[in-house]
Amino acid sequence: MQPFEPVIVAFCCHYCAYTAADMAGSQRLCYPPNVKIVRVPCSGKVDAIHIMTAFQKGVDGVYVAGCLDGDCHFKNGNIRASKRVVYVRRLLEEIGIEPERLEMVKISAGMGERFARIAGQFTEKIRKLGPNPVKRAESPAA
Amino acid sequence: MITAERKPLEEIINCVKPFERILLVGCNECVTVCAAGGRKEVGIVSSALQMAFLKQGKNLQIKEHTLERQCDPEYVEELSTMITGVDAVVSMACGCGVQEVARRFKTVPVFPAVNTKFMGASERQGIWAERCQGCGDCLLGVTGGICPIARCSKQLLNGPCGGSGSGKCEISPDVDCAWHLIWERLKALGLQDRYEQIIPAKDWRTGRGGGPRKIIREDLAE
Repeated sequence: MQPFEPVIVAFCCHYCAYTAADMAGSQRLCYPPNVKIVRVPCSGKVDAIHIMTAFQKGVDGVYVAGCLDGDCHFKNGNIRASKRVVYVRRLLEEIGIEPERLEMVKISAGMGERFARIAGQFTEKIRKLGPNPVKRAESPAA
Repeated sequence: MITAERKPLEEIINCVKPFERILLVGCNECVTVCAAGGRKEVGIVSSALQMAFLKQGKNLQIKEHTLERQCDPEYVEELSTMITGVDAVVSMACGCGVQEVARRFKTVPVFPAVNTKFMGASERQGIWAERCQGCGDCLLGVTGGICPIARCSKQLLNGPCGGSGSGKCEISPDVDCAWHLIWERLKALGLQDRYEQIIPAKDWRTGRGGGPRKIIREDLAE
């Protein structure tokens, strides 16, 4: 049996976290390849259904990465995203999926090191939690 | 608008547990505006239900559809082509929509996915408050546009009561005293003398006191 390698989706705001990921690359910092980045124009663009669909398709963890408080390019998209993450965490809890599989993080464009650190820490957290229970049930052999 | 809130997922899950194929129907009207049962919420509940059942190894088939208006038979008829092969319908509309679907499709069980709450208005983004109780004999013209039936906890016609303090109702500091609001409004309109006029006891037969109500417009009815 192959060791569990979590699949993680990171919805990254174009103006901060996505640039921070770029910065991490320029700084030659390593972060786990488990993290699949989806660039969004603002973290506030990430809707509950995007996160739910990601989990439904079997990803093991999701994080939404937006700008630092007060720094949103669109004024309050990151605040909306934070509230939406809280809402979806409750939904996940209601259907018996660990809410810890979803997180909101705040990163500025210059924080390449923080981006790499969060990617590593989140991957390790999800690795400990194990596979998404939806995926586990779909393929019991996995 | 008619406001509603999604039921706890556990309750919806228990309703659909015995079934294999369900039709999840939203409504494009009030429940869309109050973010309880529009197309977006249908998608989210559908996804949550599928995941909840997939966890238990069951692949629940869900057809999603959002009607323009679920309380009108003309729109509900749209479902007749998609209801074939469906074991149950879950409606995310208000109670009127749920009942209209149940009336039209008599052989398929229909379950509500939202709790219908009240006729209200949006105070600001994400907050809705009760504004009308459909008493059937509107008083707003004499109370400065503020309804004592819907907004006074005691439905007083000649308030306020002794429980009013600093503009708030004694039941909660978050609830405005309707009669305080009425007084302030009448004052702003220069109509304080209207406050002195005693409103007589209300004839509740125009409300629910007269049993289920119906409106018949002879000029429109066929």
